[in-house]
Amino acid sequence: MSSPGLADNTDISSLPDVTKRRTTSPPLPLVLAASAICLAMMIPIVYLMVRTIDAWDRVWPLIFRTRTADILWNTVSLAVAVSISTLLIAVPLAWFTTRTDLPMARMWNAILPLPLVIPSYAGAVAMIGMLGPRGIVQKQLSAAGFDWFPNIYGFGGSWLVLTLFTYPYVFLSVRGALRGLDPASEEASRSLGQGPYHTFLYCVLPQLRPSIGAGLLLVSLYTISDFGVVTMLRFETFTRSIYTQYRAAFDRSLAAGLGLILVMMAVGILLTEARFQRKASLYRVESGAARSPRVQILGRWKWPVFMWCCVISLLGLGLPIGMFIYWLATGTSAGQKLDRLPAAVWGSLSMGGSAAAAAIVVAFPIAILAVRYRDSWAAIYERWAYLGFALPGIVIALSFVFVGARFLPSLYQTFAFLVIAMVIRFLPHAVGAVKSALLQVNPNVLHASRTLGKSSPETEMRITVPLTWSGVTTGAILVFLGAMKELPIVLLLAPTGFRTLATEIWSATDGGEFGRAAAPALILIGLSMIPTLALGRRIAESGQHVS
Amino acid sequence: MGRTNLETTRRTLLKAAAVAGAGVAAARVTGSVFAQDADLVIYCGRNENLVGALIPDIEAATGLTLDVRYGNTAELAAQILEEGDNSPAGLYFGQDAGALGALAKEGRFAAIPEETLAKVEERFRSPDGVWTGVSGRARVLVYNPNVTDPATLPASIHDLPTAEVGSMGWAPTNASFQTYVTALRVVDGEDGAKSWLEAMIDAGTEVYEGNNPILTAVAEEEITVGLINHYYLYQARKENPEISAENYYFPNGDIGSLINVAGVGVIAGSGQEDAANLVVDYLLGEEAQTYFAQETSEYPLVAGIEAIADLPPIESLESPDLDLTELDDLEGTITLLTEVGLI
Repeated sequence: MSSPGLADNTDISSLPDVTKRRTTSPPLPLVLAASAICLAMMIPIVYLMVRTIDAWDRVWPLIFRTRTADILWNTVSLAVAVSISTLLIAVPLAWFTTRTDLPMARMWNAILPLPLVIPSYAGAVAMIGMLGPRGIVQKQLSAAGFDWFPNIYGFGGSWLVLTLFTYPYVFLSVRGALRGLDPASEEASRSLGQGPYHTFLYCVLPQLRPSIGAGLLLVSLYTISDFGVVTMLRFETFTRSIYTQYRAAFDRSLAAGLGLILVMMAVGILLTEARFQRKASLYRVESGAARSPRVQILGRWKWPVFMWCCVISLLGLGLPIGMFIYWLATGTSAGQKLDRLPAAVWGSLSMGGSAAAAAIVVAFPIAILAVRYRDSWAAIYERWAYLGFALPGIVIALSFVFVGARFLPSLYQTFAFLVIAMVIRFLPHAVGAVKSALLQVNPNVLHASRTLGKSSPETEMRITVPLTWSGVTTGAILVFLGAMKELPIVLLLAPTGFRTLATEIWSATDGGEFGRAAAPALILIGLSMIPTLALGRRIAESGQHVS
Repeated sequence: MGRTNLETTRRTLLKAAAVAGAGVAAARVTGSVFAQDADLVIYCGRNENLVGALIPDIEAATGLTLDVRYGNTAELAAQILEEGDNSPAGLYFGQDAGALGALAKEGRFAAIPEETLAKVEERFRSPDGVWTGVSGRARVLVYNPNVTDPATLPASIHDLPTAEVGSMGWAPTNASFQTYVTALRVVDGEDGAKSWLEAMIDAGTEVYEGNNPILTAVAEEEITVGLINHYYLYQARKENPEISAENYYFPNGDIGSLINVAGVGVIAGSGQEDAANLVVDYLLGEEAQTYFAQETSEYPLVAGIEAIADLPPIESLESPDLDLTELDDLEGTITLLTEVGLI
């Protein structure tokens, strides 16, 4: 815990001095709550260590072999490549949709984040069905006389598909930042004679750095923990290796050893991103009535940019949805049973909703500590919250099986336990969004409330919660989307007989029945789209970060 | 003006949604804590679409209430091991002798009564009587009759790498394939199995994620032949009777036509042993065996029940003389597959 002397008095985000003297160190309940959450976050890590050390003699020769280095290289190069390509796609798109006269910008603002709703395994299956050997595209083109096609399997395909499904993280984050940016500095740049592109590069882009960092953090953590895309497209990364070990060998020890390496990579990514954040100020100087930014006229670039938006949406959204519709239409009516779907829809919605609500409640103590009491402990708490996102679902699932069955049998395989595991996995979305929202709360308002005699909890309830409401819903929606798509945690931890749309898709694709996967996949995508569209509007209105 | 109203409405709606969500969560949590216990919890590593229809029949015949947890065969085995003595599972239903063997090795299975076991030929169950196969699946080489004349296919998988049959496909992460490699290690020794794998890799064998994608690839002439289980073809024919694929069985007891089983084991110390044994007995009865023959196109393992007509009879398959319980060393197989760089 922090001692009073350690608090950073020069930090403009902290409460003003008067209040500060009264709450020099974080209130104990807050610290206890955050500690409890971080303790729960330890479960997967401790589990991995126990399992690794348990069979160290057998594990270490398998870990320290050249193949591990290959897989490490694969994983790192994929994460870096996907980060770069999402950056190159998402940052210009965010600028085009917020600052230019791009035709139908409103529509693009709604459509461009939508690939977030496609579950990666289902999306990869659809990509293979469309672009793979003997896929629809290749069949058509070879009928037209083409005989050479790029190989969709391996690095290239995984890179393409992951880029298309994760660029929205960067897009949403950067777009939020662009909207919140005070246009005054851009205007100054322009009035000093700089052109629009120069202004963007040297004036806007540096201010976007924290939001780019936040988006890339999610993209890279997603990439290293993704299982669906790399498995379907046959590219060996750590997560795929870990799955192979569990599935094929019941070999929990080697899998755990590999999992620990993955945790270290995640820590590396978190430290890198922390640097991004530290070097830039997160706050607008004036939060008052900023003028609307000047609209950049695209001129002859107007239609090429428009086409570019079309291409990205078509690949990331149109292609998988089209493929599912095709399968639904042509697929095998033979085994098409729809009677399980209502239960699956209810399972997905109730689980996603509960996980979202719980994650927000849990995120507040961590976010408040991180924003108001910026000592080293608070920073560790906040960073720690991101670790769940870096671990493959199966690792979190098995660690909870281990702890649940042995120490919490009455909680094991209950809905509540499932929700706790989901919160651990998707907490970063909630913490990031709540933290960004808290940063925009003017501390003077809280100060006023306190000097008027209101207690600290009352101040939080009456001032902080309403003011951060929009950030809260953003975080909740992102957790909801993640939980809706999650598979292994549901398979291992849900109450027996519980089903979700994701388990229905899995059950169909596991047997290779793509026609049967189409209906649950389309419903899942449709249900996820509703809050995602709301998310687009919300960000459009409030101009805040998503991270 | 109107916008403010809209905003207020939207906020009210969002708050209503949040309250409703919290209510649902509360109902869910209390509901799950006070959920009724079933007589038997089955951890089922077989696909719900294949065996789900069997569950109501079992309940009707035995009078038991069943809770079935579906998942991946190996993941559920790992789950039972991680759960330790508190596992809620009473019966494990896996689709691979290797997974059953691994659980048996860790002492997680209780003995199944003799009279139940006696229904199944000895080669398809554990000699210690702790697990039994309930249906059989043969390994085959799937080919496309439009492309390949079966007379040109080699008599042994040992000749496959050099037989120049065209491009080949396999699924190294698939549990059935891995048990197959385990069998190869038992018969040919570590070095023999390793050199076969390396020869296949050198021949450019394509890696697939599962048996179905291999079958599709063969039917669509993406590859010439593939190593899969026999029933995938019959399942695919139910959807598309015209599919251009046929199964080739390696003759003369070649390891290439290994018969593996899907089977069950009763979890020791679960307190559900009696119920579990009733279900095992049902699965080896006429109705369930007919179900496996007709619905999943597998081989019934109990005498007197016929497999579907398109299948060569199980007696005619000169499958290798091999004890399925020797196939429990999956770890060794994984080490080998890892060594040669396949997984």
